Amino acid sequence: MTNRALLLLIALAAMPGYSSLALAQNASPRQSGAAKAIAAPAPFHDISGTWEPANGPGDGIQPYGVSAMPNDGKPEHQLPYTPYGLETYKSHKALIGPNEVHPTSYNDPRDSCEPLGFPRANFYNFKETQILQNENKVAVLYEYGQAWRVIWTDGRELPKLVDGGVLIGNEVREPRFYGYSVGKWVDDTTLVVQTVGTMPEDRVWLDGTGRPISDQLRVGERFHRVDHDRMELTVTIDDPKMYSKPWLAMNKFPLRLQDPHFDVVEMYCSPSEMEKYNTLFGTPAGATSSRGPAK
Amino acid sequence: MSKMNMGVFAIAATILTFSMPLFAHHGSSVFDTSKAITLKGSVTEWDWSNPHCLIQFDVKSEDGQSIHWIAETQNPAEMVSLGWGKTSFKPGDEVTVSLWAAKNGKPFGRVTLITLPGGKTFITVKEGLTPKGVGVSTGDTKSDNSPKQ
Repeated sequence: MTNRALLLLIALAAMPGYSSLALAQNASPRQSGAAKAIAAPAPFHDISGTWEPANGPGDGIQPYGVSAMPNDGKPEHQLPYTPYGLETYKSHKALIGPNEVHPTSYNDPRDSCEPLGFPRANFYNFKETQILQNENKVAVLYEYGQAWRVIWTDGRELPKLVDGGVLIGNEVREPRFYGYSVGKWVDDTTLVVQTVGTMPEDRVWLDGTGRPISDQLRVGERFHRVDHDRMELTVTIDDPKMYSKPWLAMNKFPLRLQDPHFDVVEMYCSPSEMEKYNTLFGTPAGATSSRGPAK
Repeated sequence: MSKMNMGVFAIAATILTFSMPLFAHHGSSVFDTSKAITLKGSVTEWDWSNPHCLIQFDVKSEDGQSIHWIAETQNPAEMVSLGWGKTSFKPGDEVTVSLWAAKNGKPFGRVTLITLPGGKTFITVKEGLTPKGVGVSTGDTKSDNSPKQ
């Protein structure tokens, strides 16, 4: 692990946590209007369950990109791009955001039904997320694209980033859309996760507004279960190829535990449905004149 | 907007000043979001699919011409939370559709509201279910996709 990654890991682990007992005195955000119930304390080393944004599923859609730094044109939300990062961002034609293009000229890989990849899965339609775990791993099942990833908690080391992928033992392994993730419990209720080995910039975007990431990306995640019903997710982006310094993409993003019987609706990008949509609607509605589709 | 004027029964049903896009898939730059128009027509197809559901309907103008409109909603996963379903509409249903029309004057739009003759209303905005700042709260915001008894 590089010094940069180690510092990031330490920073995530050191972020102020809440006493689950103290927060258990607060009302569960799931109880709206009616008498507030007192949530039970967070269970030990357990983040399993179906989770949705505590302020409603709409909060997880993140139309303008990452929740802590939305790409809304505000100066305070400008990212610390490297020259190459800015150049890459400008080459992306996003359907949403301050530089959005008409539906006839986008190049978002999402709309070719490419996998969203990680960490974009945390930043787009992050609505109903199922987490399953055992003593060796935590599996995260995303609603969008029925995609899943595994976070290993069996004590293994984070793979080392090398040219062309990651080094595991003596073997160079390929980059993956959802990377290679390793998690460590830093206290009874907090799982800190590091991820490397994601796809290069010509395959994936960071968010729907076209912000870039590269295969040099290191993502830090901190899942802190506040009490039985609530969890906070913090995500840090560290990509020296695209950004001059690490930055916070999600800052204690609040999640609430869903009913265990909740049936998550599937949400696919289907090439045939996408083609039909573009033919019937996207292209003619987005045409810049009334005479025909834009060139 | 001359075509539109021929086909509409009521105009400017709602003044909408949303500052955020309604939809996650793409922005709203191609639509005139300063006002919604309201149309009455007959459904020809209800397409329950990604990335956005599409409702197609025919609107008769005052001179008897029929104009074929297509309007999008959000994706099925979001529409389920808002109370919509694959069987919400069928060909022949008479519907009143409020939408943001395409700026290019073509008969395309983004739905803000659909009402059936019996008064049943389908909304596309609900605080908590759609991104912040896009509409008014109409009640509890918790998703409920649990199997019904």
